[in-house]
Amino acid sequence: MSPAEIFHYVLFAASVAAMSAGLVFVLAGAIGVNRLPDFYTRMHAAGVTDTLGAELIVLGLLLQSSDWQTFAKLALVGLLLFLTSPTATHAIANAAHRAGHKPMLSRFKPAHPKDAGKPAGEG
Amino acid sequence: MFYGVSLTAFLVALWLTLSGPFTLSGDYPIVMTVGVISIAATVALTFRMRIVDRETVPVGPMVPLFAYWSWLGGEIFKANLAVLRMVMKPEIDMEPRLIRVPAEQRTDLGRCVFANSITLTPGTVTVDIEDDGFLVHALDGEFTDPAGFAEMGQRSDVATDGRREAK
Amino acid sequence: MDVVTFIIALGLTASMAIMLARLFAGPTLYDRVLAANSFGTKTVLFLLVFAAIVDRQDAIDIALLYALINFVATIAILKFFRYRSLEIALAQMSLRKALDGEYDE
Repeated sequence: MSPAEIFHYVLFAASVAAMSAGLVFVLAGAIGVNRLPDFYTRMHAAGVTDTLGAELIVLGLLLQSSDWQTFAKLALVGLLLFLTSPTATHAIANAAHRAGHKPMLSRFKPAHPKDAGKPAGEG
Repeated sequence: MFYGVSLTAFLVALWLTLSGPFTLSGDYPIVMTVGVISIAATVALTFRMRIVDRETVPVGPMVPLFAYWSWLGGEIFKANLAVLRMVMKPEIDMEPRLIRVPAEQRTDLGRCVFANSITLTPGTVTVDIEDDGFLVHALDGEFTDPAGFAEMGQRSDVATDGRREAK
Repeated sequence: MDVVTFIIALGLTASMAIMLARLFAGPTLYDRVLAANSFGTKTVLFLLVFAAIVDRQDAIDIALLYALINFVATIAILKFFRYRSLEIALAQMSLRKALDGEYDE
């Protein structure tokens, strides 16, 4: 195998690894948004998708890109997501806070099946 | 004037990237004409709005900002793993809390970068901005390390304040 | 390479479907806005992967536009539901504070 081919395979492997890890984070964010108990905690799960999940998938595609224009456009999309996602998250959180939406601030542990019958929300 | 030239250079680069003139054949003059017109209009409008200054065209602190972003990337990675562990546990056990984080940056840009960095790190979100600090919602006690916030705030201050502007 | 990108696209579609569940279920408005915003981010990623699958650059331009529109739409929805109007300049802090006093109580 020539060095160029080896380089190509290494690049391909890195791309696949980055995109798979990104997919894991995106799926974890989506599942977290459905599992967590209240709005303010769901926000954090959505943040996982917006930051590392998105950037890793963009990085994987960057490693696959063949010409400079695709590379530049993908980098631009990644930068845009990197810059706008915290602003959007803060806007949503701030709107909810200003509207008087109270965050849940106690310890959250869902009732275990074996504790059925006991009063919930202890701790 | 320096910021105007930087803005124009940035817009030219953006136009060349998005339109890809080096792969065009026959439409080259038309694409260039439209590009020149739109860039001129954009620069004229931004000057008319009087928003061309150090904050909107941050060319001065660009190198320290990129250095700061690479440091922030590591922090984001660590926080992402922590949130991932917390979310995927079979039994969710967390203690959400609201804390006040002091923001002692010297410039508004520094405060903005600090607030965005807090929001960008999963597990902490800036909920509200007060006079001398931020109200931050954290997913669990492990994300509310005051020393961590202090280091992030200090780094964002240094990154955005590489070149002070004399008013 | 095609198989991997295809699997990534399928996974993104699955996560979009999961996010839709929150969009429909979300008890408050803010849950729905959050889900819609996150759904938009996933759509941008899906468009990027789609561009790699069909090997056409146009989809990247669409993804770029979608990311911009997604951001502006989120801000616009939040602004509308806070002030019941889109005519208020967010930059005017004094007016904004006065309106906060008027609407929050």
